[in-house]
Amino acid sequence: MSGSNPYGQDSQHHVLSVLVQNRPGVLARVSALFARRGYNIFSLAVAPTEHPDYSRITIVVDLASAPLEQMTKQLFKLIDVVRISELDPRFSVERELIMVTVKATAEQRSQIVELTNIFEARILSVGIEALTVSLDGSPSAIDDFMKALHQYGIVESQRTGLVALPKLDRAAPSATSSATSSNATHSSQGKAR
Amino acid sequence: MKEKLTGAQALIRALEHENVDVIFGLPGGCILPAYDPLIESKIRHILVRHEQGAGHMAEGYAHVTGRPGVAMVTSGPAATNLVTPLCDAYMDSIPMVGITGQVPTAAIGTDAFQECDTVGITRSITKHNELVMSAQDLPMVVRQAFYIATTGRPGPTLIDIPKDVLQNEMDWYWPSDDEVRDSLPGYRPNVKGHTKMIQEAARMILAARQPVLYVGGGVLKARAAGVLRELAELTQIPVVTTLMARGAFPDSHPLCLGMPGMHGTATAVTAMQKADLLIALGSRFDDRVTGKVSGFAPDAKIIHVDIDPAEQGKVRRPDVPIVGDCRLVIEEMLKAINDLLQSGETQADVGPWRSRVSGWREQFPLAYDQSEPGAALKPQFCLEKLRDGAPEGTIVVSGVGQHQMWTSQYWNFEEPYTWVNSGGLGTMGFAVPAAIGAKVGRPDKTVWAVDGDGCFQMTAQELVTASLERIPVKIAILNNSYLGMVRQWQEMFYGERFSEVNLSGTLPDFVKWAEAMGCVGIRVDDSQEVESAIDKANSINDRPVVVDFRVAEDEKVFPMVPSGKSNDDILLHHSQDSRREFLR
Ligand SMILES: Cc1ncc(C[n+]2csc(CCOP(=O)(O)OP(=O)(O)O)c2C)c(N)n1
Ligand SMILES: [Mg+2]
Repeated sequence: MSGSNPYGQDSQHHVLSVLVQNRPGVLARVSALFARRGYNIFSLAVAPTEHPDYSRITIVVDLASAPLEQMTKQLFKLIDVVRISELDPRFSVERELIMVTVKATAEQRSQIVELTNIFEARILSVGIEALTVSLDGSPSAIDDFMKALHQYGIVESQRTGLVALPKLDRAAPSATSSATSSNATHSSQGKAR
Repeated sequence: MKEKLTGAQALIRALEHENVDVIFGLPGGCILPAYDPLIESKIRHILVRHEQGAGHMAEGYAHVTGRPGVAMVTSGPAATNLVTPLCDAYMDSIPMVGITGQVPTAAIGTDAFQECDTVGITRSITKHNELVMSAQDLPMVVRQAFYIATTGRPGPTLIDIPKDVLQNEMDWYWPSDDEVRDSLPGYRPNVKGHTKMIQEAARMILAARQPVLYVGGGVLKARAAGVLRELAELTQIPVVTTLMARGAFPDSHPLCLGMPGMHGTATAVTAMQKADLLIALGSRFDDRVTGKVSGFAPDAKIIHVDIDPAEQGKVRRPDVPIVGDCRLVIEEMLKAINDLLQSGETQADVGPWRSRVSGWREQFPLAYDQSEPGAALKPQFCLEKLRDGAPEGTIVVSGVGQHQMWTSQYWNFEEPYTWVNSGGLGTMGFAVPAAIGAKVGRPDKTVWAVDGDGCFQMTAQELVTASLERIPVKIAILNNSYLGMVRQWQEMFYGERFSEVNLSGTLPDFVKWAEAMGCVGIRVDDSQEVESAIDKANSINDRPVVVDFRVAEDEKVFPMVPSGKSNDDILLHHSQDSRREFLR
């Protein structure tokens, strides 16, 4: 994933926000399904939700590998999957976090600190010859940051993968065009197998 | 005070509460505790010779009864032996519940003796599976397993139970329907089709000039054969029944065109190709039916009724997708059509289409070359005799290969649930154990398995089970000394370069083998002996019978749509080649 943005403007990515029962093996079920059906994943993030019985898995899927509709329908067949929201990038807020350890000689250090300020990144750890910095932002901001740091030499880096939620409605609740309505949601109630 | 039970006692009691009347299985280390309370239980246990047999028996039982079959085996190698039947049941949407022993919870992950990752291995071939970590969970897990296996699109579920979970104590309880439902917030199968879509479908059906009802196994799962017949008769639309749906519509019915697909009748295949509307009912546009997808039914609009939303648009985008149970949806469709008719709407004239279809039926019946006197017996001839001699309501089971296709072609299926076969997975070795399971489920019916000599050798040992348990199934081996279906492909597509398909014309001695397993064995070499052998087999009801029909080695299944080709390129029996242009 380093270097070019795997889910940049022109790539065929889509975000699935999958609410699952918080049970052993549920991540294995989801990832096994993607593997078995030949669906590609760009990134996957999973963590418990505000409700201890449920976890949310945010998956950035590659639409070049299969139609989104098949992916969501097949995912839905997993008994532990309770709800899937398809988050169209245009109607959602997306965030990712990266931590980077970058080489930083005495001369370069100030340049790197400056970049960190420009990108509103944070310095997490300072070594003799290196700095570890973190940035949360959109995937493209993270890409830009990585490009800027590249010349100094990246020692190692770790991206979390994307997490996303629907954009909130700015209009009054009665307004017809709601941001969330642009994001198809399949809840278990209307869900069939 | 709540009643204290061991996990094992709770398991068996839960199975009793699920009205399980028979378990197919074989004990071993980790499942041992569960076999102890079984002694007191009223549930019958059938001790198999190989766990694959237990799984296929459970499937055969489920096929003919509609109730979930249960297979119980131990951990490790026994669990892996159950993998093939689970996958088979998954592909053919057969309700079954597998129960496997597992190493004690503390030993999980240590490569303990006979440990394997059963839930990991079976994850993609079960509708759902569960490793039970506490005895207290057992009743709920059992209820969930049966509920999931039998509702929505049916399928296999698996419960993996560590030995200590079977030994530990628990407080008995039996969850209510609501508790089961609430415990599965992500599982809400949709059975009722969308009204608007059903009305739209009704209008399309009345407007179509060249419609075909494309009936799949889902119609049988939904117990919808009755309403299907009403729909066909009301609209006079011809019906094709896929390999999984044979029997869903009577073969003798004037609207029945038989089986479509790779070895379907020329009429069924061509009618679908020329249709302007396909009404797909519980069928899934399998590659064996569609041939090359881009060339499949090019002018047809599609109404697709399926309880599994993921089938909608998976292969072919439907014009009208309807997610729901086939029986409920067809009932609603009938109402919608009748409403339209009553409001003065009329149906387009399907008369010309029906006469065109009838023309094909006359021109292209199933055909084979009768054998010359003294020459080798023809498998199709044996099947015709078997069919004609079979008592009414006979259940026929098959293996996988040429004999399977011939059975599907030459049998006359008049009733639902009289045909049991492995369609989606194509599992050689399915027939013998599945027939045993079918006979256990329907002891009142004659059960004939039509098997290949190759298939038979994969699971024949279960005839020992059948003899000892007094399950009088009848097995007809269409013994062509070859892996015939593979031989056919090598002959037709590999320039007759036969590679590893000859099974030997001499070994094994199927009659001696049958006798060694407690069955009656009969060998038939000559067409003169066919009928008397069949009569004899039909008259034996106290033990299994094996008839070894020594048939021609080089017979091929026709018609055939070669793999990857369009259905328009169907190969006919040579006697019909000259009439080919009638299919246009
Ligand atoms: C377990 C398994 N292995 C291999 C195959 C591939 N296969 C399909 S049909 C067939 C030949 C079956 O031979 P036989 O049982 O003699 O039936 P025939 O075709 O001769 O009627 C084979 C090997 C299969 N379907 N299943
Ligand atoms: Mg053979």
